[in-house]
Amino acid sequence: MSAQQAKRPGLAVWLPLGLFAGFLVLVVVGLYWPADREVSSAFIGKPLPTFNLPPASDERPGLATTVFKEGGKPRLLNVFASWCVPCAVESPQLATLAKQGVEIDGVAIRDRKEDVARFLGQYGNPFARIGKDDLSQVQLAIGSSGVPETFVIDGQGIIRYQHIGDIRPEDVPLILRKLAEAQ
Amino acid sequence: MMAVQISSSRHPREGGDPERHTLRFRPRIPAFAGMTNVWVGLLTVLALFALAQPLAAQDMLPPAPYAYKQLADPKQEAKAQALMETLRCLKCQSQSIADSDAPMAGDMRHQVRTRIAAGEDPEAIRQWLIERYGDYVSYTPQVKPITWPLFAAPLLFLALAAFLLRGRFRRGKRA
Repeated sequence: MSAQQAKRPGLAVWLPLGLFAGFLVLVVVGLYWPADREVSSAFIGKPLPTFNLPPASDERPGLATTVFKEGGKPRLLNVFASWCVPCAVESPQLATLAKQGVEIDGVAIRDRKEDVARFLGQYGNPFARIGKDDLSQVQLAIGSSGVPETFVIDGQGIIRYQHIGDIRPEDVPLILRKLAEAQ
Repeated sequence: MMAVQISSSRHPREGGDPERHTLRFRPRIPAFAGMTNVWVGLLTVLALFALAQPLAAQDMLPPAPYAYKQLADPKQEAKAQALMETLRCLKCQSQSIADSDAPMAGDMRHQVRTRIAAGEDPEAIRQWLIERYGDYVSYTPQVKPITWPLFAAPLLFLALAAFLLRGRFRRGKRA
């Protein structure tokens, strides 16, 4: 046995170094391409589930699924909250989209009317309707896992695209393209 | 004798010459004060972050009715609890919704409990969530084309072990 081992140490000697190199590759891959922690909706391509939310603002009506099934234009469904910082960050982009004629409906998650009013007063109100979702029911029903998220809904009420996180200025063309594709 | 000698030789060096003493230590004091300023600044900033974070990212609504309240029927509550322990909190991701205090996990618990109280099957609720969030939402692995090796591997390993053992036993007999 020992004679055999002494005969060819060649490959075995490199094994620890090889393992270390493999480990190093794993570390670098993990550092530079970290795992995607976003949970995207599996409900894309499916019709919007039926819901009917009371208004979250005195200035706008509530939000019911019927709006999306009336046909015609694709719309944006923006899941937001007054207590969510990135939602405030994306407000100029929503305003830009609204100015270009995009109809945006909002779902306010776990929010109070007075807080929504303060939020809209501070950051502008790009919404046509705002539903109040106190139990995150609509959020769960459409497979949204946080705020803000924006869904493109086509004229037949089918979810076509999900944007996770705040809409940055560079995302606006993409959203517009997705809206055009949903036409 | 020795001890006295040592102490007498130390005294003049450290405490005997007041000018040297102050010269030696004066430059250190401002440096030390600078350090504390930096630390106080850092700590203040950290404390502000610690204060600001929860205020910014927390809603003001009370938890959902069934987020922290058990169902009246113990059998139904047991079913709900078993299901909630195998559903992932989507906000915290490494906790089950039964473990998490995130408001969204509370809303998910509310949904699970009310639906079980309405007589829905726990596995139907799991499927409902998987339809929306994918398999990731469930901690219980589902048998699917992509997951079958997970279930087949133990059987394959057992078969391999049996095969290897058979070879060993045969060799043993021959020898």
